[in-house]
Amino acid sequence: MSASSDKPVQLHTSPHLHQPLTVEKIMRHVVYAMLPMCAWSVYQFGLSVLMLLIVCTAVCIGTEHLICRWSGKPSTVNDWSAAITGILLALILPPGFPIWMAVVSAVFGVAVGKMFWGGLGFNVMNPALVGRAFAQAAFTVPMTTWVPSMAPGRFTQFIPSTWTPPLMVPRPIAEWLDQIAVDGFTGATPLALMKYNQESTETLALLTGTITGSAGETSALLILLGGLYLIVRKMMDWRITVSILGSAFILSGIFYWVDPTIYPSPFFTLFTGGLMLGAVFMATDMVGSPETAKGAWVYGILIGVLTVIIRLFGGLNEGVMYAILLGNAASPLISKMTQPRKYGALKKREAKA
Amino acid sequence: MLSDLQHSLLNGGSFAHGIHPPDNKHYTAGKPITRFPFPPELTLLLSQHFGKPSKPLVRPGQEVVRGEPIAEADGFMSVPLHAPATGVIRKIDWAPTQKGPRVPAIYLTVTPGDSQEILYGAQRDIDQLSPKEILQAIQDTGLVGLGGAAFPTHVKMSPPPEHTVDTILINGCECEPYLTTDHRLMLEQPEALVRGTQILMRAMGAQRGVIGTEDNKRDAAEAIKRVLPSDGSVTVKVVPTKYPQGAEKMLAKALVGREIPSGQYPSSVGLGVFNVATTNQIGTLLPMQRGVIERVVTVTGPGVDKPGNYLVALGTPLRFILQRLGYHGSAKYLIMGGPMMGDTVSSLDVPITKGCGGILVPRPEDIDNLAPRRTYPCINCGKCVEACPMFLNPAVLGKLAVKRQHEEMLEYNLLDCFECGCCSYVCPSSIPLVQYFRVSKAMNRELKAAAK
Repeated sequence: MSASSDKPVQLHTSPHLHQPLTVEKIMRHVVYAMLPMCAWSVYQFGLSVLMLLIVCTAVCIGTEHLICRWSGKPSTVNDWSAAITGILLALILPPGFPIWMAVVSAVFGVAVGKMFWGGLGFNVMNPALVGRAFAQAAFTVPMTTWVPSMAPGRFTQFIPSTWTPPLMVPRPIAEWLDQIAVDGFTGATPLALMKYNQESTETLALLTGTITGSAGETSALLILLGGLYLIVRKMMDWRITVSILGSAFILSGIFYWVDPTIYPSPFFTLFTGGLMLGAVFMATDMVGSPETAKGAWVYGILIGVLTVIIRLFGGLNEGVMYAILLGNAASPLISKMTQPRKYGALKKREAKA
Repeated sequence: MLSDLQHSLLNGGSFAHGIHPPDNKHYTAGKPITRFPFPPELTLLLSQHFGKPSKPLVRPGQEVVRGEPIAEADGFMSVPLHAPATGVIRKIDWAPTQKGPRVPAIYLTVTPGDSQEILYGAQRDIDQLSPKEILQAIQDTGLVGLGGAAFPTHVKMSPPPEHTVDTILINGCECEPYLTTDHRLMLEQPEALVRGTQILMRAMGAQRGVIGTEDNKRDAAEAIKRVLPSDGSVTVKVVPTKYPQGAEKMLAKALVGREIPSGQYPSSVGLGVFNVATTNQIGTLLPMQRGVIERVVTVTGPGVDKPGNYLVALGTPLRFILQRLGYHGSAKYLIMGGPMMGDTVSSLDVPITKGCGGILVPRPEDIDNLAPRRTYPCINCGKCVEACPMFLNPAVLGKLAVKRQHEEMLEYNLLDCFECGCCSYVCPSSIPLVQYFRVSKAMNRELKAAAK
């Protein structure tokens, strides 16, 4: 279409009004909502996480741009969705994750998780989670190697494993750990401590994020703030977050009530691992979630329940990622089964209206 | 069926879903209705209504008097047409319309300097008429739904014999942004409105009349309350402002909590629904045995110098109205009707018809906000699902439309869509959903015709 001012008369169909919210705006505000989290994780883990954030974001945007170009389509990177994928991916990788592995995961996530389906709006699963699932399968050891937070010198030096040469196994970090001498660091996340040692962590530490874990999963408080911002601006479906957190809380509460010596408290479930990040920023990804209100509840509860079941009975100590991916996969079916009842629908099908 | 109390508890006295666009009624809400001058020539479309076009009763060169019938109804599904001014018939020829296609019209040259007194008609006592005679009298006025649908009023008043109508709903919601014609009519002529309501109730055998309006027009509600009949048969109900409250089905839900079944008339749940402007005209014209020759039109928008509510003779061309009122720019983007369901017009020769209640004139700098924006793929946000007052799923319908699966769209209740525009309004991807649905409906009509 040529510039509207050159045309003598413009004919368009109604409605002629549009609300100001656009996809580009929604995506941009999601990025804004994640910035405090990013800042906190950089403060917590230092240069390595900063590098991870920059590289993941740049690679995601670049991959999308290149694939658009190769397929002869206009580039779609200015809708900000690739940036979201990059930031999310960086936030769900361990802080000392080798950069070359992050690059591979980011390319995989965007290419296979998003662009192969047709780009934004057509992908079935959350591309950041697809990237992480790939990393989990391909780079199992680095994906479970954790570093202490608030390490001294984190703003002047990288975690040694960050700059692993491409196609090499990560450099061992034991020496570095001795050097920075953090007392009592076991290299295990609160969830792993719980699963394998039945050792709980204080809720306050979980809430504020002075624990170890993936860069972005540590401070539940900042995640919730970001989510609240999006809910207030009507850019996020609160039903999904509420139903995931609610169902996970209730289900783990039941287990805790049955036997508090084996099972963690529901608060622990809520604030550990990626549950908060997943419930606020990943499961709510509009593309992979049902568009009906009823469907959102079903989808959220499914993810909440799956998370708890994987955590308590699965081989892994963390289950949010697979729970959301499964939820994404089930989403079209959930949508189909929760279509709204149209106004004036007849109770009984009459032979002839 | 819900009781009134349950209904107001569940829905806050309104219907579910819908949207809240900025109403922008401040341009004209405070402007009293004033008469607009006659143009040198009127273009009277023979098809200003839904149904068969009227049959002309006049020949070129014939002189006609204001109020005189110049075309007659062609069957039941049609209405007559009256001369809006004293003058001479110049020709019967094609004319451009609001919707686009050209239709035959009577061109009437207005006699300059004439007093333009209505000489036709005579007083009569409505109370002496039987319901059947009222129906005939209403067809004789040429009345159609003045809210925009332009469906012949007497047809609407003739429900299938198996339906009993107990309540008449008068639609004073005027939920379209910018428009204020119904608001002014309720405020300035509440007596005619109440009289019209009573005539409708008598003709359809209803015991109750409810005049519904939105809470941005409380002054109008107060004005009506002052002239309500003492027997309590007619009441006023103020509901929260929301679009598209003025749609028949939404209004039924909002005012009396009844849901009109899919594909059925309001009479199937005992309702008759009429617009304020229509009812006002029934109350005004019927006792005088006159025909519809003029209507109130809101001329509004930032692009017009003298916005207001004007009583305009039918057939007045847009060009004349805009030139008299003054407008900025070149009228490249001109909307007849409201911004949610109105049409952009291609020519300033398009005349005012019975169904046209508004002319919206944007400034040149507003056009970029009105014109279609860049579209993104559907991101499944579900905002359209939450907006659709018919509880359809525009997201799925839109995706099927893109894939040209028009027949499959019927399973997702495509035909229940009445094109209110809520889904297109809220869509952050700016997908022209309503436009898709119009095309798909047309495709289905063609497929159905081909199958026969």
